[in-house]
Amino acid sequence: MPYEKPLTGNMRPDGEALDRQAYERAGGYEGLRKVLKGMTPAAVAGEVKNSNLRGRGGAGFSTGLKWSFISERAPHPRYLVANGDEMEPGTFKDRLLVERDPHQLIEGMAIAGYATGTDVAYIFLRGEYKVGGQRVARAIAEAYEAGYLGRNILNSGYSLELYLHMSAGRYMCGEETGMLNALEGKRANPRAKPPFPPASGLFGKPTTINNVETLCNVPHIIRNGAAWYRGLSKSQDGGTKLYGASGKVNRPGLWELPMGTTIREILDEHAGGMREGHRFRGLLPGGASTDFLTEQHLDVAMDFNEVQKAGSRMGTGTMIILDDKTCPVGMLANLEHFFAQESCGWCTPCWSGLAWVERILGAMEEGRGQPGDLDKLAFQTRFWAPGHTFCALAPGAAEPLQSALKYFRTDFERHITEKRCPWK
Amino acid sequence: MLTAEERAEIEAEFPRYPNRKAVCIDAMKIVQKHRGWLADDALRDIGELLEMSAADLDGVATFYNLLFRRPVGRHVIYLCDSVSCWIMGSDRQCKHLSERLKIEPGETTADGRFTLLPVVCLGACDRAPVMMIDDDTHFDLNPEKIDGILERYG
Repeated sequence: MPYEKPLTGNMRPDGEALDRQAYERAGGYEGLRKVLKGMTPAAVAGEVKNSNLRGRGGAGFSTGLKWSFISERAPHPRYLVANGDEMEPGTFKDRLLVERDPHQLIEGMAIAGYATGTDVAYIFLRGEYKVGGQRVARAIAEAYEAGYLGRNILNSGYSLELYLHMSAGRYMCGEETGMLNALEGKRANPRAKPPFPPASGLFGKPTTINNVETLCNVPHIIRNGAAWYRGLSKSQDGGTKLYGASGKVNRPGLWELPMGTTIREILDEHAGGMREGHRFRGLLPGGASTDFLTEQHLDVAMDFNEVQKAGSRMGTGTMIILDDKTCPVGMLANLEHFFAQESCGWCTPCWSGLAWVERILGAMEEGRGQPGDLDKLAFQTRFWAPGHTFCALAPGAAEPLQSALKYFRTDFERHITEKRCPWK
Repeated sequence: MLTAEERAEIEAEFPRYPNRKAVCIDAMKIVQKHRGWLADDALRDIGELLEMSAADLDGVATFYNLLFRRPVGRHVIYLCDSVSCWIMGSDRQCKHLSERLKIEPGETTADGRFTLLPVVCLGACDRAPVMMIDDDTHFDLNPEKIDGILERYG
């Protein structure tokens, strides 16, 4: 049976963006009309909460619940930010959504804005997404022209200004309080929490931050109802999910599938299995900052709870595949180089520990590993645990390393005892 | 001094933010677009308009990967060095670019044509290895393909 694909089913096969008319023909902006005509903001948040939509940026927090944190009496102006920073290595899902259907994101933001009483919204897009940025800018102009944005939207009395911010690039911008600092024209260091953004966020005002994919689900939930949305899924989390696979598989790509599709189905049926001459060894299920899963986990359903039970996180749902011709220690050296470089330098375990680990792994790859290195690496992963740092960068960096030490320990040991990388 | 064009483009950003300081990243991107990079006098010029010190702007500029405080070539090559591209052989593409352009990553060719910068994941991992040159993204790279692409940038 063909799956229902609300997010991607209407996209043009030629790779161009849907314009406003084409988006409207596919039912676009009906959700916005529906909420403005007859739903209270609390009812909109309630419907989204009932849909079991969980945040697609990786944390999996209930979207409807997040919106309800903005109280009716919260001061104005209130802000809404769409997180389109997408700098998590191995992740390429929001690129598709902004390039191919920007109105879907804009409608989702207008509905989210109404539900939270937002006055001003920003789409925070990474600077490298040039095509996406041009298409989003054009779609924003089209939406203003049609009266879906701006003052007194569709004569409802609700007003929302929406702006596009193209980032100047840094992984820390994807961390929500780092993103707020970037929008304020500052270094994207994380902020101490509390206060959380709903109480004091952008420019010190009540702020809601949602991932691009999360917001793109919203128009469909409102149009078709929470029960329909829950029914799309094979699991407790509602809806469909954009799953991806990269690495040495036959057909790397991105697919919209029912939430809770198994890893095996994604790898075998959609990614076409491993390339000839390559054997599967493991995968990072949702970007660089998730724990490895291996052969024994192939039947795990890709949703927030099940992947967590298996000892990892679904994260962004875009999987990075490790094959037997690729050195796991080299892969870790690459990952930890990334985290060390992108650390903002705010917290000691992060700036100091990551640089140290990067050097240890680099030395191992060059045949200069020392006895005791594995203990040092394991110590660092504990040192980076949540609660020791302001944000999730270092805890995220710990995840692939701690799990690699568990599943690929022999490979690490061989680097030290053989004084070389066996893959070189 | 900011040119009239730079000034007009920066001022067009003002209504989008509640204060001038918040415009500084956009302002630096605008001036960099016109001048290629952000020299000290560029920061002073922007600072006058935004009522910020050049030191404050330097603090912001040095945080971001796409703001350049040193001169770059006419074209900037951003080669992804993150994990999916690494698995698919980005090291070999980097070596090829380095040998062909006779520069190390981070350097600019003697004729000022190209600067080679390794960057983090470009979000096109299903078509790795990937690089951008200026505003264009190039996918599924191999040495022959890279040679053909470089020809297009004078």
